[in-house]
Amino acid sequence: MSEQTTAAPGVRPATGRLRSANSTRAIHGQRRAFWLFIAPFLIGLVVFVYFPIAWSAFLSFFDAQGTVTPTKFVGLGNYTTMLTDKAFVSSLVTFSAFALLIVPTTFVMSLFLAMLVNRVRVARAFFRSVFFLPTACSYVVASLIWKLSIFNGVRFGMANTLLGWIGVEPISWLASLDPPWYWLVIVTARLWLQAGFYMILFLAALQNINPELYEAAYVDGAKPGWQVFRHITLPLLRPTSISVLLLCLIAAYQAFDEFYNLLGAVEYARPPLVYLYHLALGSQQNFGLGSAGSLILAAIIAVVTVLQGKILGFGKPGD
Amino acid sequence: MDAHQPTAVGYRRSVTDRIANGAGLAVLLVMTLLFLIPFYLLIRNGLASTKDITAPGWTLFPRDVQWHNLVDLFNDPEVPMLSSLRNSAIVAVLTTAGTLLVCSLAGYALARINHPHSNKIFYAVLATLMIPGAVTFVPSFVIVSWLGWVSDYRGLIIPALFSGFTVFLFRQYFLSFPKELEEAARIDGLGYGGTFWRIVVPNSGNFIAAIAVITFIQSWNAFLWPLVVAQDESAWTVQVTLSTFITAQTINIPQLFMAAAVSILPLVLVFVFLQRYLVQGVAQTGLKG
Repeated sequence: MSEQTTAAPGVRPATGRLRSANSTRAIHGQRRAFWLFIAPFLIGLVVFVYFPIAWSAFLSFFDAQGTVTPTKFVGLGNYTTMLTDKAFVSSLVTFSAFALLIVPTTFVMSLFLAMLVNRVRVARAFFRSVFFLPTACSYVVASLIWKLSIFNGVRFGMANTLLGWIGVEPISWLASLDPPWYWLVIVTARLWLQAGFYMILFLAALQNINPELYEAAYVDGAKPGWQVFRHITLPLLRPTSISVLLLCLIAAYQAFDEFYNLLGAVEYARPPLVYLYHLALGSQQNFGLGSAGSLILAAIIAVVTVLQGKILGFGKPGD
Repeated sequence: MDAHQPTAVGYRRSVTDRIANGAGLAVLLVMTLLFLIPFYLLIRNGLASTKDITAPGWTLFPRDVQWHNLVDLFNDPEVPMLSSLRNSAIVAVLTTAGTLLVCSLAGYALARINHPHSNKIFYAVLATLMIPGAVTFVPSFVIVSWLGWVSDYRGLIIPALFSGFTVFLFRQYFLSFPKELEEAARIDGLGYGGTFWRIVVPNSGNFIAAIAVITFIQSWNAFLWPLVVAQDESAWTVQVTLSTFITAQTINIPQLFMAAAVSILPLVLVFVFLQRYLVQGVAQTGLKG
């Protein structure tokens, strides 16, 4: 390409005409190639992402029980039903509480593990693998281990066995509302599953920090430990920290698997997706209400994501 | 004086360092134990008898190991273990292959082929990143049921292929691909397709492997969408099967743990042999949320 361009001024007019015919053909070829490359994805995006949302918006204005081609228009009825539905509103509260619990704990745990692994001199790859290994587990498998073994409410559950050794009566971890022990079960399961993932991100960032900065801080009299961490490490990790917080929050929005498998459909801890699942795919098959709920949730998430991006100075497209 | 100070400081530093290192190592070992407990329980309970598990006190490891739990699992007519493993394998492999194909082509077009609408399309892709896919499972199910793809591989696989995020990752990667290689290929007379398949793809092995590993794990572990779509037992993936028995009234605990152990085996293998790509994939996906 570049050779042709530099040669261009020297060529005679006849060749110039040929070139422009060539380049028109080239542009046609280019446009055709663009569509050929992008068409499979674009068609799928329209059919399986944009069209469902549009159809859902349509359904949300109809009484659509057990049908996806409804005839009874109800206007904003589904939206007012959902927004005044105590169960739906409480699911939004559950989900906010969950985000408040899981995001900071994951952040602290993954950063803590990354710093430990980063400074250890022996068997670093081994430790990294151990903390990363749960990434290979599904939420279903973790729920199974947590529900039926670690936090089994009967006497032979692991946590209850340990408590038994110090003379504490067995606790029914998932059924107890006061204190709400189920949060311990839910949060530790996800913490175990995802801490290693975020640890990898922090580890990569830590290894990019120039060691000379620490030496300079030492020479300037900064005490190793908290001072160095607070004034050197943490500021340098800022971009990664923001990524981790956002990714963690986005993952928390989608909480379904562990709630569904650990708690079923109990009313005291039912995040929106679990509620919508039972509404739209349970015996009611209420696609109208389910669609309205999905769209309300999507709108909330989109607003929060944009606001968060603005506040944290993140999320400009293309960088 | 001046000559002594650095050594004195260096000495003090190395003592505190050594203490800090020792403490760090001790904490690491404790965390390692904690993180391995779930895997230990998977194996302990999977190889135990129900009597061992429910006995008072804690047996560290089953006194007589019940290897037949594994055989029973596959012979139990109540548990569709084999068919759900097969379903998971087919779905995960085809989802990975399809995602790589569709998303790499789109990412390449957005990165490297000029087109007046290129930006508009890119923004349409970015817009989907604001709304997590799981949130719109009701709308997606509506379309899939209208297409008649409920309890069908098509319903499990096809809607999962169009990941805006993966396209975004491929676009970012191709933007940093050395342009000179492509230009050389064009001068040699290769078109866009030829350049992509013969030059770009063969030189992007690491990145493609990283995305493949991540996609495979996500697909194998996916739960909500298979739960929604695979309504007939014959279409259950292994996650749906496990979940059904977690919530069932009558549970055979050892058998269920054995099933869970079997279900994570493929991913543990991926993890052991492809960890390099996995770590790279995680770093890639995390660079930009």
